[in-house]
Amino acid sequence: MTETSLNAPTLRVDGVCKTFSGHKAVDDVSFSLNGGERVAMLGHNGAGKTTLFKIVLGFLKRDRGDVTVMGAAPGSHDARIGTAYLPESVAFPASLSGKEVLTFYARLKGERPARALPLLERVGLAEAAKRRVGTYSKGMRQRLGLAQALIGRPRLILLDEPTTGLDPISRQTVYELIGEIAGQGTTVLLSSHALTELEARTDRILILSKGRLVADDILSRLRAQAGLPIRLKVWTRPEDLDHVSESLGGGQMNGRSVEFNCNADDKVRTLSAISALGDLVEDVDVHAPSLDDVYRYFSSAAGKEA
Amino acid sequence: MFSRILTVAGQEIRIGIRNRWILLAAMILAVFSLALALLGSAPAGTLGVDRLTITVASLASLSVYLVPLIALLLAFDAICGEIERGTLLMTLSCPISRVEFLIGKAVGHTLVLAFALVVGYGLTAGLLVAAGYGSLSGLADFVRLIATSVLLGVCFLATGYVLSSLTRQSRTAAAASVAVWLMMVVLYDLALLGALVANPSGVFASDVFPYAILLNPADAFRLFNLAALGANDLVGGMAGVADALPFDPLLALGSLTVFAGLAMAGSALLIKRIAP
Repeated sequence: MTETSLNAPTLRVDGVCKTFSGHKAVDDVSFSLNGGERVAMLGHNGAGKTTLFKIVLGFLKRDRGDVTVMGAAPGSHDARIGTAYLPESVAFPASLSGKEVLTFYARLKGERPARALPLLERVGLAEAAKRRVGTYSKGMRQRLGLAQALIGRPRLILLDEPTTGLDPISRQTVYELIGEIAGQGTTVLLSSHALTELEARTDRILILSKGRLVADDILSRLRAQAGLPIRLKVWTRPEDLDHVSESLGGGQMNGRSVEFNCNADDKVRTLSAISALGDLVEDVDVHAPSLDDVYRYFSSAAGKEA
Repeated sequence: MFSRILTVAGQEIRIGIRNRWILLAAMILAVFSLALALLGSAPAGTLGVDRLTITVASLASLSVYLVPLIALLLAFDAICGEIERGTLLMTLSCPISRVEFLIGKAVGHTLVLAFALVVGYGLTAGLLVAAGYGSLSGLADFVRLIATSVLLGVCFLATGYVLSSLTRQSRTAAAASVAVWLMMVVLYDLALLGALVANPSGVFASDVFPYAILLNPADAFRLFNLAALGANDLVGGMAGVADALPFDPLLALGSLTVFAGLAMAGSALLIKRIAP
């Protein structure tokens, strides 16, 4: 492998359009992903996430634009060797064991099964390896799918809603695995609409809305771009409520607390004003805009433009 | 390439063993062929014909009904079922071509069917030989029956793949498979027979009918087997047709092969066009 191919983007999508019988599923989307990046693609149902994945995999033909997967055409033999994919919902043959399913995919990918089988341990399925897949829980099936995607150390992994329908602990396992994979230089692109859980687990966020890419940046910069206020809630004694509210420049009063917004730039100044109140303040809640809020901002902004 | 085809084929065989498909198919074939051999051979005892040969004649008629049914049941789910379960997306994202995938399925299903036929019919043949009814030529008839049954099965496996790649839901494919089975195995014969009865000495009977039989793999299969038995007068029924044919019965074997090839090519073209 030469140095240029290492530095070249793992996936480059350039001006891709796809129309299904008059409906624009993907509309002029461009982005590129580099090695080792963990990128989340967000979007409501029908925003074009799965369509985009299928274009990148070469299952669907794009109407316009250009896609290169590690320098190769999508769906070509070279592209498929370096790419792994986990579809949104997969039902493996119920009568086969987890070990047999993994062996099958290892053989298809040209990897020796003996080298792929330790992956079952890595996703926590070592004990269930010889059980029929039909007896697996949803989380176990998803982890088996993930193990399938890890066979042979692909350079690009596409995960379509990998955590949908999983309990919080299974989700955490999935994200830990994703972090581990990305740490080894693999690019991970995952789609999701469970937003809050993505914070701190992805390097970059793409937001699709009605087929268009409306945001592409790291979360903190998207936050700044959205300019969403920070919500502060100051708890105090009922008799001091008026005084506290006045000295902090007003806000909504709810019996024992004052709530108000402040801009990101004013955050430190406002907090020092609160601490200047001394004993009057019993507690402070600082609520930074969540990914949910940022996502809503970008997708509704796109909706207004359209 | 071969390793990927064998991987898919192996998976199909393993699934066939696990969900008792092979066992069920072999049992159905064994039960029916044993019933035919034991019940059907009682009146043949006095004819002086090898009992194995008589049994093969009845089994040829049995194969015409059962083998297409088993083949279609194995095949109808092969593509649309994988689309429904999401496994086709996953499998095709691996470096395997669609034609390799299809051939792998076909090899696996053919081996499942061949195994069921060898066990099912073999049990009957073994029983007859053990009871002292068999001869070497009778066994050769048995081998021919099994081999051509496998070929007939491939014809209908490929037909099943065509149906499976044309539909998006396996339920639709199942319904279409039953309809195809009814048409090709039951109604086609009835229609030919009706036309023949309506005008036994016309142009249809002499020029169209023999070729119409050749076109349908089920009929071509029966024609070839009964003609090859060389016991036409004794077996009666459709076998009498073989003597009056304007062509060599081997052509029927060719027709089966061509049908299987065309149907496989058709399903290969169709699976390339699928967007899973």
